Amino acid sequence: MTDIGSSRPAAQAFELVLDKGESRVAEFEVRARSPLQKLQHFLHANPTAVPAIVLLLSVAAFGFTVGSRFLSMFNLSLIIQQVTIIGVIGAAQTLIVITAGIDLSVGAIMVLCSVIMGKLAVTMGLPAPIALVAGVAAGAGCGVLNGALVTRLKLPPFIVTLGTWSIFFALNLWYSASETIRSQEVAKIAPLLQALGTPVNILGARFTYGSFFMLGLVALIWFVLNRTAFGRHLYAVGDDPDAARLSGIRTDRILFSVYVIAGVICSLGAWALIGRIGSISPQAGQTANLDSITAVVVGGASLFGGRGSIIGTLIGALIVGVFRNGLALSDVDVLWQEFAVGWLIIIAVALDQWIRKVSA
Amino acid sequence: MSAGPNVPGATPLLQARGLNKRYGRVTALDHADFDLYQGEILAVIGDNGAGKSSLIRALSGALVPDAGEIRLAGSPVAFRSPLDAQAAGIETVYQTLALSPSLSIADNMFLGRELRRAGPLGTICRMLDRKAMQRIAREKLTELGLMTVQSINQRVETLSGGQRQGVAVARAAAFGSRVVIMDEPTAALGVKESRRVLELILDVRRRGVSVVLISHNMPHVFEIADRIHIHRLGRRLTVIDPKAYTMSDAVAFMTGARAPVEVAA
Repeated sequence: MTDIGSSRPAAQAFELVLDKGESRVAEFEVRARSPLQKLQHFLHANPTAVPAIVLLLSVAAFGFTVGSRFLSMFNLSLIIQQVTIIGVIGAAQTLIVITAGIDLSVGAIMVLCSVIMGKLAVTMGLPAPIALVAGVAAGAGCGVLNGALVTRLKLPPFIVTLGTWSIFFALNLWYSASETIRSQEVAKIAPLLQALGTPVNILGARFTYGSFFMLGLVALIWFVLNRTAFGRHLYAVGDDPDAARLSGIRTDRILFSVYVIAGVICSLGAWALIGRIGSISPQAGQTANLDSITAVVVGGASLFGGRGSIIGTLIGALIVGVFRNGLALSDVDVLWQEFAVGWLIIIAVALDQWIRKVSA
Repeated sequence: MSAGPNVPGATPLLQARGLNKRYGRVTALDHADFDLYQGEILAVIGDNGAGKSSLIRALSGALVPDAGEIRLAGSPVAFRSPLDAQAAGIETVYQTLALSPSLSIADNMFLGRELRRAGPLGTICRMLDRKAMQRIAREKLTELGLMTVQSINQRVETLSGGQRQGVAVARAAAFGSRVVIMDEPTAALGVKESRRVLELILDVRRRGVSVVLISHNMPHVFEIADRIHIHRLGRRLTVIDPKAYTMSDAVAFMTGARAPVEVAA
């Protein structure tokens, strides 16, 4: 582009006085802000700051009240183990929530995939790697169904996945004949399925391969969301689908693929689930659906789309894990754990609404 | 077909014939014609509901017409999506700006055409070249005189209306190699920002890129347009030379108060 100033078009009469005015255009004004507004702006610019602060505060609070039983390396690493499944399923949920969707079927996909893996490997005696791949393919298939209904029939994701949640769960009960495959049988016939449950002891802390698998998945998704065009497009589609379409993004293709990816992640979650509980039960992971949404929302993502981060979801899952673990160690009844988690969700959403009100 | 007075006999760069688009019983485009020549600024004016936006959306690939033909430099084209039009060198600044508020300025400038890293990081890992995108975005905004924002990584939702408009215009100007279409680019702007956008339009033309300007602002239209396309009731009523007619004439034509004498200008 050449110099703009040299070609000033003849100004309109009413514009002649402009030269006497300020010559700055679209300057960023620096207004005095109250401390509360400064906080609002800081949180707006750093969406994971809120969950990070809440996590630190809750760890400190439980450390203070419960003491060394809570703060021991063993217990803290146990929390990481306890949030492995929610972390994996929450990662799938994060991708969907960023596109302004929601997937209520994630838990059902996970259980269905774990049953398929177990049935094929243990009951039918297929080699474990083939059973694993078949389970992952089933997860992808579930995602294809969700994605096709959302993008082809243009149905709201909430309704689609509410329906497929029941469908997948019914299939799971039918295929498993409502029978649990015992842990010993899995260990004897297909130990690969329990591989993610293998413990690793580091300096008194006890992790499992599943914990590292979850952290690796989070790192991979962080890269995709922040360093690839696909990730940026997920945010754009969730933010303003029309704007994304006009910018040349194939929004339907993005939406379809995000449901398929979520299905695949859920099937990997199924593998981690078998490692975590050992047995394969059609009744396992019942709470994973709503827990994953809790982790995403507490982690600072917005259900209206376009905002959210995978690190936030990990922290969100850890917050829920810390609350459950800390309250349990304080000998608080399970019902009060649920009570506390419920308030966490509502406060997180209220906070998100407040932060979103930030304008220029 | 008779060519405009400024460019006798030349082949139009972008041409449309007999575009039709109906939404149920509403006819948005009724055998609309359109001619844009190389290196000109063509203003499109018309009353509300005349079908200007539908015409522009058809030319920018955002709307697929039911019937009619669009030619680019003489050869027929069929845009199925904005991506097709962008690939052909036609960029559009929509009235809604089509920006993604929660993404940064740099992300928005390159939305849908991101640059990837050289080597395996780009081809296998699909890794974005963020540094290059930030550098180019900064350059484009500086050329526009808009680089007073705090950071190129600032989210667009933290920008003022004028700054957002600047980002959208800079994006179109940076990537439009043949045609830049601007739908009401000054509607949301103050007097100074409007002047800056008009300067930019002239600058885009100087680079040989044709500009289609949709505007309700008659003084702006008469100041910078080479020709004025008057749209009425879903079709092109006439094309006038802004030097031969007054603003009152144009308004009379577009509202139907007066019929134009010569139909093809």
